[in-house]
Amino acid sequence: MGNVETAGALRVEAAGTQSVVKRKTPWVKIRRHWQYYLMAALPLTYLVVFKYIPMVGAQIAFRDFSPVEGIWGSEWVGLEHFLLFFKSPNFIPLIRNVVSINVLVMTLGFVAPIILALALNELRNVAFKRTVQMVTYFPHFISTVVMASMIILFLNPRVGFAGNLARLLGWEPVDFMGISAAFPWIYVFSEIWQRSGFGAIIYMAALAGINPELYEAARIDGASRLQKIRHIDLTGILPTIIILLILQSGEVMNLGFEKVFLLQNPLNLPNSEVIATYVYKIGLINASFSFGAAVGLFNSVINFFLIIIINSIARRVSEHSLW
Amino acid sequence: MVAGSAAAPLPRPHIRESFGDRVFLICVTAFLTIILLVVLYPLIYVISSSFSSGQAVTTGKVWLLPVEPTLHGYRTAFAYPQILRGFQNSVIYTAFGTLINVVMTILIAYPLSRRDFYGRKVIMMGLVFTMMFYGGLIPTYLTVRAVGILNTRLAMVVPQALAVWQVIIARTFFQSTIADELVEAADIDGCSDVGFVWSVVLPLSKPIIAVLVLLYAVGHWNAYFDALVYLHQTDLFPLQIILRNVLILNDATRATMRASEEIAREGLIDILKYAVIVIASVPVMILYPFAQKHFVKGVMIGSLKG
Repeated sequence: MGNVETAGALRVEAAGTQSVVKRKTPWVKIRRHWQYYLMAALPLTYLVVFKYIPMVGAQIAFRDFSPVEGIWGSEWVGLEHFLLFFKSPNFIPLIRNVVSINVLVMTLGFVAPIILALALNELRNVAFKRTVQMVTYFPHFISTVVMASMIILFLNPRVGFAGNLARLLGWEPVDFMGISAAFPWIYVFSEIWQRSGFGAIIYMAALAGINPELYEAARIDGASRLQKIRHIDLTGILPTIIILLILQSGEVMNLGFEKVFLLQNPLNLPNSEVIATYVYKIGLINASFSFGAAVGLFNSVINFFLIIIINSIARRVSEHSLW
Repeated sequence: MVAGSAAAPLPRPHIRESFGDRVFLICVTAFLTIILLVVLYPLIYVISSSFSSGQAVTTGKVWLLPVEPTLHGYRTAFAYPQILRGFQNSVIYTAFGTLINVVMTILIAYPLSRRDFYGRKVIMMGLVFTMMFYGGLIPTYLTVRAVGILNTRLAMVVPQALAVWQVIIARTFFQSTIADELVEAADIDGCSDVGFVWSVVLPLSKPIIAVLVLLYAVGHWNAYFDALVYLHQTDLFPLQIILRNVLILNDATRATMRASEEIAREGLIDILKYAVIVIASVPVMILYPFAQKHFVKGVMIGSLKG
């Protein structure tokens, strides 16, 4: 966010406008533009009520929530719910599933749109390029429910596409949705199918912004296409890659839990239960509000620190970062 | 594209592509052709299956085009009263939800784009912080319940009245299109801030409003989880929940059916599912050519912040 501020400030300085900067007390500034606050009032109220009050409400993780007493009246129990969660037999599998799905998402899932963008960038046939873009963007607009049911229908060993294909090739149809260990792969490959095209847009934009003189120079130096990709394209989109990597890390703990939830079945549950789906089931379905809130808070805190850590690593090793 | 367009009008001999480069280009084209087919094929398969007979689908006769073409799947789908009801509800939630979203987004994004908005850095930080830290499903649910909108139509539009990412996009747009000089000129002419937004900013913001409408509308149309959490009255369910019941939960009941019954009904159930998938995606498909352009623009504006 800081980058925008500085970029904006630089632009203004470069343009040579000097009219704005005058020393005024805050009160004068506020009174002068009181209508800004009028406009912002409703959105800010929304933020406070639906974003910040739940953060305060997360304290029920440290209490024993009783509907009668409410959030503030319920009895304090300290870390009891957290300890219960850490000691429960679910804890290790949950963490393992979050990690194993995310390893695939952050590697295969992250690289796929980059490769697609680099490949599209090499094309000269505009019509073909447009066609590929048009088709690969489309799955992004398919809803999660439809996507999940397409996966289930396709992988059905008896009547689905996968089963038909296996029979055509003379193989025994496999029930992929019934193989627990296959779950992370099903998740990530469907994610790649659905999101890579759309994810490539941002890299295409970055590639279009690379200085054409660099390509000119590379051509004169006799660089091959592959060398140009490596030294010009990849270097050029590195800042974008890093920013997206940091943003992606913000999704790690929640992943596409809406999709995970829809793809769950009793057979793949050992590999498909993640913290976010567990919170829903234990907290809302079983109405263990305090325990659910504790697990959710654990999730949020880990996620928060993950963003901070990845951002600071990015800042140290590459000087590109979110703030 | 940059390299390509630069190379085309200047066919000088020493920059002609080497053999290796031509092979590379062929490989890239082949690779993208495969990608194209892999993405396209499931879409075609779904549409073809929805127009095929149940028997053709279950026995694996459908590969590319509809087999034994019929509208049986669609007729069965529209015979489901919940599907029509869900469709209506989704239209309501999408229309009102998007309206609220766009108004709220502009109300906060415009002041945040002005450098003379005292306190804007703090507010921006407060906004971004909500992206990084989530109070949690349970506390949010309890808040929605305390507000008193649980199991009402409002629960589908109020708790997600604003998306931070969209605010950032809109703010970036306002920063780059509404010049400070314009604001000052209006100020000198005695135009109030609200009046300025209404008569100057909004007419200049049609592109960003289109982007916001599409981002929010597709989000509302495709959302299901909030409905699952906040609604339990069946006649309030949006289409996606009905879809989930028809498409996914149905699998559970299938296991309890007797084998003979199962095979007989399976064909119909399957084409019903494919038909329902197509019906649910039609609004998005109609919007798609229009949406695609604006979504790309939206992503580009968003990427400026990087």
